[in-house]
Amino acid sequence: MSVDPKLKARLGVVLIGVALAVLPFVVGASFGNSWVRIIDFALLYIMLALGLNIVVGFAGLLDLGYIAFYAVGAYLYALLSSPHLAIAFPQVFAAAPGWPVWAVLPLGALVAGLFGVLLGAPTLKLRGDYLAIVTLGFGEIIRIFLNNLNAPANITNGPQGINNIAAAQIGGHALNRPLELFGVMVPGVHLQYYFFLALTLLVIFVCLRLQDSRLGRAWVAIREDEVAARACGINTRNVKLLAFGLGATFGGVAGGLFAGFQGFVSPESFGLLESIMVLCMVVLGGMGNIAGVILGAVLLALLPEALRWGAVPLQQTLFGKVLIDPESLRLLLFGIALVVVMRWRPAGLWPSALRKRELAAHGEAA
Amino acid sequence: MDIFIQQIINGLVLGSIYALVALGYTMVYGILGLINFAHGEVVMIGALTALTAIGLLVPSGLPGPVVVLGGLLIAIPVCMTVGFTIERIAYRPLRNAPRLAPLITAIGVSIVLQQLAMIGWGRNYHTFPPLLPAAPHQFLGAAITDLQIIIIATAAALMAALVWLVTRTRLGRAMRATAENPAVARLMGVDVDRVISFTFVLGSALAAVAGVMVAANYSIAHYAMGFMLGLKAFTAAVLGGIGNLGGAMLGGLLLGIIESLAAGYIGDLTGGFLGSHYKDVFAFFVLILVLVFRPSGLMGEKVAERA
Amino acid sequence: MSTPLLEASGISKRFGGVQALRDVSLAIRAGEVYGLIGPNGAGKTSFFNVLTGLYSADQGEVRFNGQPLPLGVPHRIAGVGIARTFQNIRLFGAMSALENVMVGRHIRLRTGVLGAILRTPAARREEADTEARAHALLRYVGIDRLANQQATHLSYGDQRRLEIARALATEPKLLALDEPAAGMNATETAGLRALIEKLRGDGLTVLLIEHDVKLVMGLCDRVAVLDYGEKIAEDVPDVVRRDPRVIAAYLGTEAVDA
Ligand SMILES: Nc1ncnc2c1ncn2[C@@H]1O[C@H](COP(=O)(O)OP(=O)(O)OP(=O)(O)O)[C@@H](O)[C@H]1O
Ligand SMILES: [Mg+2]
Repeated sequence: MSVDPKLKARLGVVLIGVALAVLPFVVGASFGNSWVRIIDFALLYIMLALGLNIVVGFAGLLDLGYIAFYAVGAYLYALLSSPHLAIAFPQVFAAAPGWPVWAVLPLGALVAGLFGVLLGAPTLKLRGDYLAIVTLGFGEIIRIFLNNLNAPANITNGPQGINNIAAAQIGGHALNRPLELFGVMVPGVHLQYYFFLALTLLVIFVCLRLQDSRLGRAWVAIREDEVAARACGINTRNVKLLAFGLGATFGGVAGGLFAGFQGFVSPESFGLLESIMVLCMVVLGGMGNIAGVILGAVLLALLPEALRWGAVPLQQTLFGKVLIDPESLRLLLFGIALVVVMRWRPAGLWPSALRKRELAAHGEAA
Repeated sequence: MDIFIQQIINGLVLGSIYALVALGYTMVYGILGLINFAHGEVVMIGALTALTAIGLLVPSGLPGPVVVLGGLLIAIPVCMTVGFTIERIAYRPLRNAPRLAPLITAIGVSIVLQQLAMIGWGRNYHTFPPLLPAAPHQFLGAAITDLQIIIIATAAALMAALVWLVTRTRLGRAMRATAENPAVARLMGVDVDRVISFTFVLGSALAAVAGVMVAANYSIAHYAMGFMLGLKAFTAAVLGGIGNLGGAMLGGLLLGIIESLAAGYIGDLTGGFLGSHYKDVFAFFVLILVLVFRPSGLMGEKVAERA
Repeated sequence: MSTPLLEASGISKRFGGVQALRDVSLAIRAGEVYGLIGPNGAGKTSFFNVLTGLYSADQGEVRFNGQPLPLGVPHRIAGVGIARTFQNIRLFGAMSALENVMVGRHIRLRTGVLGAILRTPAARREEADTEARAHALLRYVGIDRLANQQATHLSYGDQRRLEIARALATEPKLLALDEPAAGMNATETAGLRALIEKLRGDGLTVLLIEHDVKLVMGLCDRVAVLDYGEKIAEDVPDVVRRDPRVIAAYLGTEAVDA
């Protein structure tokens, strides 16, 4: 072929860029704006899954409590952008804190990252399977606290959760309100989409850069053989802690976005099953493979909708009634997917041979 | 009434149940080095199967204890089949896979069992009919019911039988040899695959009994009951020293007592800041403390990872 | 004689009922190839594990270059200049040969999180340099043509070479090889011998565990013998070969004669 591969790559990027830019309008016009909302959630899940991928996929540390960091980010955002604190502690907070999003998100990332390091420090020397259980325990502890820290001091508002969370504001415009741009009305879900998309691209960029660095190599080395990694001079404790902290950071950002998007958070959104769903995304897509993880996140984020639209009518026509409700069907499929993928396709759906071929091509070019 | 003695009694009952479940974790771990995440779900299946069977037997007019025994005798083979199937379908193909694979599979199996149970038994709580004598006896200023005595005694008898089986029978020797070194055991003529299957089946039988005990003790069973119970029993196994039978029993009893005392006293201890709904947190704290400070557990031997 | 490069004194290590090392002392001079032999289970690998920090010793200390070695902290030991290979090859299976060697450079590199994300000029330079050096090391051990192959797809002999290249990437002063010839055919062993000679020629000090007696006796300047965790002999190969305690230790297992 005579086309310059560099030019081809650039063309590809431009095409993807255009597609991503018009996506909410196309989807909104064809299927309605509720589907744009679903895409927004898919973007959140991509961020979460990429964060967990650093921990599980790169460094090989099975973290079953990852959703706790999402919770930390979400609750921090909720507390700082809702009237809850002012209502619960009128002596302390005269008015709702009302922090701007550019301050809350980094703070949420920082606090979640700090939590990651705090939880990681005592546990990372444990064997892989123990680590899984301990992180699961930490995740549950955080959820139990969120559920119960409404008395004697009402910090989390317990099982009811926190309401009236302000949407993120950019340039003085709240993202849940439509905006008129060049005579076109852009709905709130579309604005959120662009906001999430920008941050998702940032997360992907960071992941790609880290993967191809000294640190990315050290993570994979630990995953492949920890003893050999130590003998090679890798300070495994620090490097694992870094993976834990960075993964948690991404979770914190996604959590903050989630809170601002929903306008409401409650402990229900942060259970073990959520952790496992994110794990499914990573495992199904392909542990350690960024493109695969994105694919996994998108597929599993769309699955519940597909089931609602597909499985319910299908069951009705086949059996005359709904035998399995979409929610448990979804979980059932998750469970089966984990078993089946581990058995027959441990590298995930996205063929990891791709990376190998890339390497080979790179070698020939050099 | 003496609250301390009462909590100890409650703790012993709870601890006996934990110990039975913990034995299942510890036996599998000892032989395969695998945390069988799905074990808690086997307990749940035992409880719900027994309840269904009991529901069918009640109209027969048989005496209460016989009905319960009948439910138990149906739950045990069902759980044994489930345990056997799990190992065959999910874990056996992964014997030589990278270390995360069986663990992730175990989580998958756990979700599948839970959702199947939900589809079969629904989301509702199932109540255990009052078939067993529940009249309390006075004991050291506290109350103990017949049911509680039955639970403690049955658990003790089963554990004694298990110890006998593992230390005194051919099969037990084969189990220990396999746990020590599967390759060598195979060379010495042990059918390692059969031993592993048997371990799962045995653990599942104990889980079935434990399931019925939980249902009877709390008068309730539910498709999601296995998760927390399994986690606590696993904690008990780790506390005692995973892979060690005596450790699982000791860990189970200890955890049961710790949890009961904590539930009884946490309010006083924290000046009312934390209430008894935090009792589930205790098991996790115990687990984390043990793993961080003494990962080999109370009775486990400290082994260095081979380099 | 100047101070030795490495001086281990009174190293003991116990596993439950097994005394893997009992009061082992030995000194390795800079520039020599030092052999460590002994029957199976004698404690050779355990000594390596203590030396490289993977196991902590129950007793004893090691001085390296005159400084006490931070026993039990592998990455610091790698930092001061001891690298090793493993008896049962331990490569990073999912990585290419080149990446395996690049991991070996880890401790000599500085790029942190921010540098990696922003790909600063310094980070870029370091990365390019790392890749160039890794290629050079692969060439040195003779497998550069396999640079982009996945490590697990290499032949057995090439995997051994790759492990050596990865160890060399840490810029060691002392290279410890645990049975590098195990499982090699005669041609591969001859190639390995040439490689070790080349390392010696380039001034590296080598500590060699090996069961191939011919290789040890032909290659090593001095040899120590372990038996049941104890050092029973240490001298030039010709003397060790005739030592009655050594012959007794090996009796019934294998002949010491080359
Ligand atoms: N992590 C460990 N846990 C328990 N015992 C160990 C451990 N590592 C080594 N041993 C024991 O220490 C003794 C010495 O083992 P080592 O591997 O050092 O011998 P070796 O000389 O390298 O033998 P080989 O020639 O077979 O490699 C053996 O009895 C071995 O079983
Ligand atoms: Mg050895």
